[in-house]
Amino acid sequence: MILDALLLQLGYNATLVTIGAALLGMAAGVGGTFLFLRKRALVSDAISHATLPGVCVAFIVMAMLGGDGRNLIGLLSGAAASAALGLLCVNWLSTRTRLAEDAAIGAVLSVFFGLGVVLLTVIQTMNAGRQAGLEGFLLGSTAGMLRSDALIIAGSAAITLALVVLLRRPLTLASFDPEFATATGQNVGRTDLAMMGLVLAVTVVGLKIVGLIMIVALLIIPPVTARFWTERTDHVVVISGALGGLSAYIGAALSAALPHFPTGPIIVLVGFGFFTLSLLAAPGRGLASAVIRHRRFQRRVHLRQGLLALAQGQPIYEPLTLRLLRREGWALLDGVATDDGRARAAKALRDETRWQTIRSDPDFEAAAAHYDGLRAIETVLTPDQIEEVDRMIGAPRPVQT
Amino acid sequence: MSISLAAEHGKPLVDDRAQSPLAIRGMTVSYGQKPAVFSVDMTVRAGAMTAIIGPNGAGKSTLLKAALGILTPLAGTATVLGKPVATQRHRIAYVPQRASVDWDFPTRVIDVVLMGLYPQLGLLGRIRATHRAKAAECLARVGMEDFAQRQIGQLSGGQQQRVFLARALAQDAELYLLDEPFAGVDAATEKAIISVLKSLRDAGKTVVAVHHDLSTVAEYFDDVFIINTRRIAEGPVAEAFTPRILQEAYGGRLATAQMDAIGASAG
Repeated sequence: MILDALLLQLGYNATLVTIGAALLGMAAGVGGTFLFLRKRALVSDAISHATLPGVCVAFIVMAMLGGDGRNLIGLLSGAAASAALGLLCVNWLSTRTRLAEDAAIGAVLSVFFGLGVVLLTVIQTMNAGRQAGLEGFLLGSTAGMLRSDALIIAGSAAITLALVVLLRRPLTLASFDPEFATATGQNVGRTDLAMMGLVLAVTVVGLKIVGLIMIVALLIIPPVTARFWTERTDHVVVISGALGGLSAYIGAALSAALPHFPTGPIIVLVGFGFFTLSLLAAPGRGLASAVIRHRRFQRRVHLRQGLLALAQGQPIYEPLTLRLLRREGWALLDGVATDDGRARAAKALRDETRWQTIRSDPDFEAAAAHYDGLRAIETVLTPDQIEEVDRMIGAPRPVQT
Repeated sequence: MSISLAAEHGKPLVDDRAQSPLAIRGMTVSYGQKPAVFSVDMTVRAGAMTAIIGPNGAGKSTLLKAALGILTPLAGTATVLGKPVATQRHRIAYVPQRASVDWDFPTRVIDVVLMGLYPQLGLLGRIRATHRAKAAECLARVGMEDFAQRQIGQLSGGQQQRVFLARALAQDAELYLLDEPFAGVDAATEKAIISVLKSLRDAGKTVVAVHHDLSTVAEYFDDVFIINTRRIAEGPVAEAFTPRILQEAYGGRLATAQMDAIGASAG
């Protein structure tokens, strides 16, 4: 059953919903990247929670006018209107009052959501309200989704994607260096507005599938995950879009196969799986890689210190240093240097003296700046220069044993 | 150095802004109720290197940002060759303070330099080999060609500053505005930056830099603009960079020994 869902074998509607979700996930991952890079990720949480009163008011109005309160376009228009209002409130509070943006987000989020929940209760008391199924907007539901709904979602997601491609340069510049962007004539305020518009569009479109509580995760988790794998903005955008699309695709398919599970949380959990994997295993920025890098560095430091101690006939107290020296075959069990160890120790001490010489000589200022206790002197000086330094030091002294 | 009133009695108003690559008139910028820059006039001389100096919090960077529209002034105008800055941005290259951006941003050195070409590329223009060659050439001019593929967070402070300068070079401007280009950089970078700036000046460009190290003003710059909320003085280093004027700008913050050293270096 699950495999059928993943392979789009569950019938036309389920297939349409799954593809729609994948497109939405891509749009969210791509749009969310710039929100994340602009360090305004949490604004999306305020936006998404602010959709609820709009959904409810739209339902009430449509039902009272005698129409079908569940009309998706009507509900999403209401959601967009109140989300925009919420966004305006956050912007106004954080620019015109002394409230910081995080406090403004908290205030707007809770007030709008609270109002929405009250309106939901009101709708429950209405005749038309019982079957409204508006709770689906909280956690997302693909059950009972119409073909037209899926098409609306897919179409809007595609438009959002195209807009991000069109605006990628101003969005990048505004995220990295807004002052420079302004100096080149870019209207950063308008770029921010466009970015928020994109986020708002993704949020509203994603309400039905992912739900307003979880949509923020679809905007934030994919770019954060993608950041582990690359150091380039364009790659973050592409990887984030792919991860978002994949998470939403798998999540929606699973939820189609297991109709009792809400769609939003499943999509988020799939995304979180990718995140955990990346956090642990990504090269460069991942945890495992950081641990390995640290261990290697620590090993180099200990070996270097150990060799210098051997060369100067000092006792070595650190067990790790001794163990590493023994493993290299440079010292014996009791901390006495082997022949190989003695030779290396002499070289290490010699290099240290060379470093000290060039560090006190202004002629070598540029090379000496590379000194960090570990760097091989051959990487900053030519053989001729090393010879010159050696002449300045004088003949090598015998190594103490 | 002379302080000219806008309209002296009996003399007609003369607009002398047309010749200046950057002319600021009546600029006032305020954070809250306290003006950081008050009614400042500045007329940059074409083809010269000008240092904007003044004590901490005197409004040096603020003046520059207001002229560029990064901050919105309460009053005042800025013109390039007599025309509003907003219409002349293609003539201006700007180097912000290094600390103003997040250096953990996912971008490489070469990508940052290419940002200098964005205005010319537009929204959808493809980055072609000529653009990449141009960016590489700008990196080479600041001695950073070997770092093109590095993530910017791996650079030292001096290297980051050079990358910012390379991005400004890619803008191919006539007027270069730099905000504290020597703050927290190593000696080698300072030398590299000043030699690039001098080569720009020698090629007929105009350079304006916010500067904080009084001991190098006379060596590096032709003109000096001294500000402490208001304009204190403006003109060639030999005339405007004098102990008496500096005393006025810095007040008690400048030790006598320092003053003597400056007097000697400027004289």
